[in-house]
Amino acid sequence: MTSSPELIIEAGKSEAHYWRDLWRYRELFGFLAWRDILVRYKQTAIGVAWAVIRPLLTIIIGAGIFGGLAKLPSDGVPYPVMVCAGTLPWYFFSSALSESANSLVGNANLISKIYFPRMILPASSVVVAFVDFAISLVILAGLMAWYHVWPTWRLVTLPLFILLAFISAMGPGLLFTALNVKYRDFRYIIPFVVQFGQFVSPVFYSTTAIQEKYGDMGRILIAMNPIVGVIDGFRWALFGTTPLHWESFIISTVLSLLLFALGVWYFRKTERSFADVI
Amino acid sequence: MDEAAISISNLGKRYRLRQQSTQRYTALRDVIQQGVRQIITRSSRSGNKAAGEEFWALQDVSFEVRRGEVIGVIGRNGAGKSTLLKLLCRITAPTTGRIALRGRVASLLEAGTGFHSELTGRENIFLNGAILGMTKSETSSRFDEIVAFAEVDRFLDTPVKHYSSGMHMRLAFAVAAHLRPDILVVDEVLAVGDAAFQQKCLRKMDSAVAAEGVTVIFVSHNMDSVLRLATRSVVLEAGRVRFVGGTKEGVDLYGSHLAAQGAELDLSASPRPGHLRGQALLLRALPAATSTQGWTFPFGENIAFQVDVNVLAPLRDVSLGVGLFAATGTEIASMQSAHSLALPTLPPGRHRMSVEYRGLRLVPGVYTLGIGLQSERGLEDYLPQALQFTVASNTASAAMHTDTFRGFTVPETHCTLSSLD
Repeated sequence: MTSSPELIIEAGKSEAHYWRDLWRYRELFGFLAWRDILVRYKQTAIGVAWAVIRPLLTIIIGAGIFGGLAKLPSDGVPYPVMVCAGTLPWYFFSSALSESANSLVGNANLISKIYFPRMILPASSVVVAFVDFAISLVILAGLMAWYHVWPTWRLVTLPLFILLAFISAMGPGLLFTALNVKYRDFRYIIPFVVQFGQFVSPVFYSTTAIQEKYGDMGRILIAMNPIVGVIDGFRWALFGTTPLHWESFIISTVLSLLLFALGVWYFRKTERSFADVI
Repeated sequence: MDEAAISISNLGKRYRLRQQSTQRYTALRDVIQQGVRQIITRSSRSGNKAAGEEFWALQDVSFEVRRGEVIGVIGRNGAGKSTLLKLLCRITAPTTGRIALRGRVASLLEAGTGFHSELTGRENIFLNGAILGMTKSETSSRFDEIVAFAEVDRFLDTPVKHYSSGMHMRLAFAVAAHLRPDILVVDEVLAVGDAAFQQKCLRKMDSAVAAEGVTVIFVSHNMDSVLRLATRSVVLEAGRVRFVGGTKEGVDLYGSHLAAQGAELDLSASPRPGHLRGQALLLRALPAATSTQGWTFPFGENIAFQVDVNVLAPLRDVSLGVGLFAATGTEIASMQSAHSLALPTLPPGRHRMSVEYRGLRLVPGVYTLGIGLQSERGLEDYLPQALQFTVASNTASAAMHTDTFRGFTVPETHCTLSSLD
């Protein structure tokens, strides 16, 4: 018989082995993510094609209105390609945010019956959104090939920006998840944030255009948004034509990391009472 | 081998009553409102008041469980049994005290928790295994056993939503029964399912305990299963440990405590579900004179009792509904006061209603009453498990051999015989 692990539960102390526990429950994490992916497009007629169609429609409409009518500048690449490089990370961010926020409330029966590190649930929602994102990269590849935009050596840095997108989505995701358990108001706030965020973030325009019109201050102001660094990074890594504006990139990235730390901290602080409140 | 598998010392759990109300989560609006009020009145006292009354679901609980023991936790509703199990499973955190668990803990709080109706039986076995703490390789190695136990092999690749409730239950229990934990925590799961399957599960549990030295801690209202399965018992009363020791003594103590509840039973603190109008409240219940002591009625006497009601606003078409449940949880008799007593309007104030079952003749045993109060506006108050009473054996029941009866009542019947030749 293997030596049985001893577990001490003490009042007022948070779990001493929280991170080890998180690792021990990695299989459950995998299963939950796998369940959500399997279930996501069940009983839909076109299934996983939704992961492509939703961002594609946004790109077409965005490119038609802002590129065709408003004739916004596009950093030296065809406008639809630029919009696409903004829409995909934005879609990942927004669906990770809204789905992780609902993950705990939607799994209330699990939370009130079984112990596991609660962070698994929002994290697996982010993974599901990531799978959608990975599938939708097909659109980007297709558009780039269609417009003959060829990537340079910078493409190898793309995984770094994908990781950044992950961190940027996870931080506010955890924060909103924990808040949503306690204050159901966030059910109404989140769709608004997502809708509003699409215009505040450089999805349909480039941050270079902001700089040209409003100067450096304008660009730094708009970088007060964690997703700006991700979108700028994506465009820099994908197209040889866009320079990276380091100041705003660093501001946005530091903000992402801070939000991530805040999200983890607040989640862990409130986690122990989830079963009592949900 | 004599080391303690579970040591509990000074365990306590406090709830704020506000968290227990129908809307357990706070609305941001309230927080903002309170904040504004505090700024205006410049006092922090209003904030403290809003935090709500405190309620200790468990207090000063200490006991030890040795490896391989089967502990039955007994107590009335609201005694803290479920809270104790939740603390053991780490679902909620204790307010005071300490628990030491030696070994892997698995809980069977509710069979089928975590099943996803869109997934197939096969997929759900793996998912549920992971939820209950099995690794993927463990589940795979026991997969055939689980399928055979649940008797669902033909429907393995059908989504669970097309399963009958029996199949659903069997599959859920099969996964749980094949767990190999060191400590198993069980909460009344045996109350569901058909009798044959229950027997199968009990045998499985018995053999697991005997062969592998699993420590089991379980909660039950069914004294029969406590007596059959448990090696020791813990009696909880109002959140405190009343007794730790032999199963027989524990069950007897619990029984005598039920009988000694005394004539008057305060209903105001009993657990209630949400969504009640609350314009009239059930205050207390008193057994009628047909009872011998407290809530014990001799076999053959009419079950009769009185319920006191506090009406807060004038209510029309008031009716008291009472469900009588057997120990198995089956409702065996239902009544509405409106069938025998029409109440056009009830003015505010206290009222006493008397209820008498005539000719019901319950088989000796323990029964539970669920009491609800409704008006034309809807359900005013409802206690799903308001009180328990005992029908005691006597010479009349012994003469009838009621202990061999499988039904719940012995109705007065009239039989005749005539010759057909």
